[in-house]
Amino acid sequence: MLSFVTQRVLKGVIVLLAIVVLNFFLIRLAPGDPAVVMAGEAGASDPVFVKQLREKFGLDKPLPEQLLIYVKGVASLDLGFSFRQQAPVAKLIGERLPATLLLTLTAFAISLMLGVLFGTFAARFAGTFLDTAITVFALIFYAMPIFWVALMGILLFSVTMDWLPSFGYETVGANLTGLAHAVDVAKHLIMPAMTLGLFFMATYTRMTRASMLEVKRLDFVKTARAKGLSDAVIQRRHVLRNALLPVVTLAGVHSGTLIGGAVITETVFAWPGIGRLMYDALLQRDYNLLLGVFVICSAMVLIFNLITDLVYRLVDPRIEFAS
Amino acid sequence: MPKRVLLGLLLACGLAAPVLEPALAQEPKTGGVINAVIQPEPPGLMLAMIQNGPTQMVSGNIFEGLLRYSPKLEPLPELAESWTVSEDAKTYTFKLRKGVTWHDGKPFTAADVLFSMEMLKQTHARARTNLAQVDKVEAPDDTTVVFTLKQPFGPFLGIFEVGSMPIVPKHLYEGTDWKTNPYNNAPVGTGPFMFKEWQKGSFIRLVKNPNYYEKGKPYIDEIYWQIIPDAAARSVAYETGKVDVLPGGSVENFDVPRLSKLKDTCVTGAGWEFFSPLSWLWLNNRQGPLADKRVRQAVMYAIDRDFAKDVIWNGLGKVATGPSASTIKYYTDDVKKYPYDPAKAKALLKEAGYKGEKIRLLPLAYGETWQRWGEAVKQNLQDVGMNIETIATDVAGGNQKIGDWDYDIAFTYLYQYGDPALGVGRNYISSNIAKGQVFNNVEGYSNPEIDKLFADGAVATPDSKRKEIYEKAQKILVEDVPVAWMLELQFPTITRCKVKNLITTGIGVNDGFKDAWLDK
Repeated sequence: MLSFVTQRVLKGVIVLLAIVVLNFFLIRLAPGDPAVVMAGEAGASDPVFVKQLREKFGLDKPLPEQLLIYVKGVASLDLGFSFRQQAPVAKLIGERLPATLLLTLTAFAISLMLGVLFGTFAARFAGTFLDTAITVFALIFYAMPIFWVALMGILLFSVTMDWLPSFGYETVGANLTGLAHAVDVAKHLIMPAMTLGLFFMATYTRMTRASMLEVKRLDFVKTARAKGLSDAVIQRRHVLRNALLPVVTLAGVHSGTLIGGAVITETVFAWPGIGRLMYDALLQRDYNLLLGVFVICSAMVLIFNLITDLVYRLVDPRIEFAS
Repeated sequence: MPKRVLLGLLLACGLAAPVLEPALAQEPKTGGVINAVIQPEPPGLMLAMIQNGPTQMVSGNIFEGLLRYSPKLEPLPELAESWTVSEDAKTYTFKLRKGVTWHDGKPFTAADVLFSMEMLKQTHARARTNLAQVDKVEAPDDTTVVFTLKQPFGPFLGIFEVGSMPIVPKHLYEGTDWKTNPYNNAPVGTGPFMFKEWQKGSFIRLVKNPNYYEKGKPYIDEIYWQIIPDAAARSVAYETGKVDVLPGGSVENFDVPRLSKLKDTCVTGAGWEFFSPLSWLWLNNRQGPLADKRVRQAVMYAIDRDFAKDVIWNGLGKVATGPSASTIKYYTDDVKKYPYDPAKAKALLKEAGYKGEKIRLLPLAYGETWQRWGEAVKQNLQDVGMNIETIATDVAGGNQKIGDWDYDIAFTYLYQYGDPALGVGRNYISSNIAKGQVFNNVEGYSNPEIDKLFADGAVATPDSKRKEIYEKAQKILVEDVPVAWMLELQFPTITRCKVKNLITTGIGVNDGFKDAWLDK
């Protein structure tokens, strides 16, 4: 297992390097650069000022040289400096990463737990009203755009019922500490996490249902039934466990999509995470910050995928690690 | 030295009175917290180095300029308590306030002003352009600063508000690498509020400066600038009572009428007199059909600007008559008029021999209102037979295209800074044609007569001479239509009515909340 993990980490570093190089050029293909954006904001844009800004950002150097400087920096764990925000990129990301992790991991947990639960029920009671209700419910959340669910949630739970806060990470100015602060953050977290989680929950519900119905037809289930095991044991130990493999695969793939979804959710709910940081950096052509966020997100996806591979083994001990 | 009578002390006493009159009508109460929206999140708060709108809105509370300006754009004292102008209009002497300290307790002196001028020349594009008129700046003592100009410069007293010329602490910046100076993210100024905390992505917290030089001010204890990126969520935040102040432009225009009707809500369009945002369509004068003046005039006749004002901007603003907004100096409406007249537009297009060549239109990526406006203009132009193709870009991409002259028609709006020499001429003089730069003369209009008028207008004395020059320039420009002027924009500030005196100057919410108080 150790050599498997080592091999995967080494491959991951190569993938990360490829991502850095590819994105380095990709983001420069978009028209506009940070110097023009900043000069525009200054309300005056004389050539001397723009030239000065480009020199300051290092944008006057040839592209390969800029890339070399950046890769060298990343290799020494230096993600560069955001001239736009006048702060080191690592610091900016570090400030925002915990909020994104809290949001995405909560959404992930909600979606996986509810998705598998509902999927199991739908498969167990396939063809009944409960199955239809769950399937329709899942389809609705799968089809609705995240931003729309978010706005409807705000309208219902914040404006009409006044149950939950409509934006932010905590109550600004309340200066809460300890448990009171945790409860306050949790209240703010409910809507964004549910909004983001419901979309993925719908996918897991459908996947679990389909997968369980598939497994149910296999011979070993018949054998289990023939040897007199109870239905609950068959469903849990034999059907669900085998049906979970595609769900685990999907969950691994979703780690990247989840961060993408976080961009929208964080924007609507004013959640101070890296999704929004990335969005702002993109609009402002803050190259270093954008690349930094890409590096961190890519690393997170690689880690999630590694965890997924390890979870395979837990779910199905027959799978062996190829080293 | 003989002095003229434009003098600060007189202005300080005489002109400040009407501005502060509302405050005197009711005795201000002290204490309380204001929650205001800031959008988008400022990239930094060091006003000398970052000049975007949100930075000024927050940092206008932390930093100060030598002067502020009344809604009629008359100078008011701030860090300078008085000023005199020499007979030849080339020497400006500012007497600074005594007993002013930086937020870290160090005294503010003339040396800070001198240092700021040097720093701004390198970090602030607009300040550098303005300071190009200055031959030397001297500080004969700790409370006097003397600017000697190369030649008279009419709008000189108009360049000292906090966003145009912020004064920075010499003792914290001298000899440091400015771009990585730690005080960029924890700024130290002389203003009524001090920086306390910035939770990136959430809020910026400012607290009252207890040592502020104006006794009793500020009245408010704290300001929380809340960062809410989505326009609909900002409206909800106001509706649910989480914020008390929505500065101009915080919500989409179609939400303004609804929010205005909420209980205890006050709305004002005041506070934009200094900036006077004017919107127009850049028309690429260099190539294609728009190189012909008649086609450009046809664009003016083809667009229903009253519709844009009444429907898209919900009745806010005013139809523009030319290159100057009606709120800035030397404005005249005695110019050629372009009412909505599609028939005339069609006739002009026919006369110019327009044969349906494709015309690329770049809307402005500033949100839903601007997208809708882009659609309306496209429809107006198509109605008179123009073949319009909309090009969608984001702000940075749009700027690049405009700067590279790779467009036919493009939306924009720019500030005018109170005087044609500061905010109008830059868009029409031929020396400002420079590829790769935005917001200068990107339309490529070149007229030696206009060049001369703006050159003369900046240095002419007395005021009546400047008036004559700028009125002539406006007439010529409106006839030539180098760009198609749309609306004088108005960004309404929405507040709870308990927030009093939020806007007392022509710089509005960008000038700090030092006069504001809460009627609890």
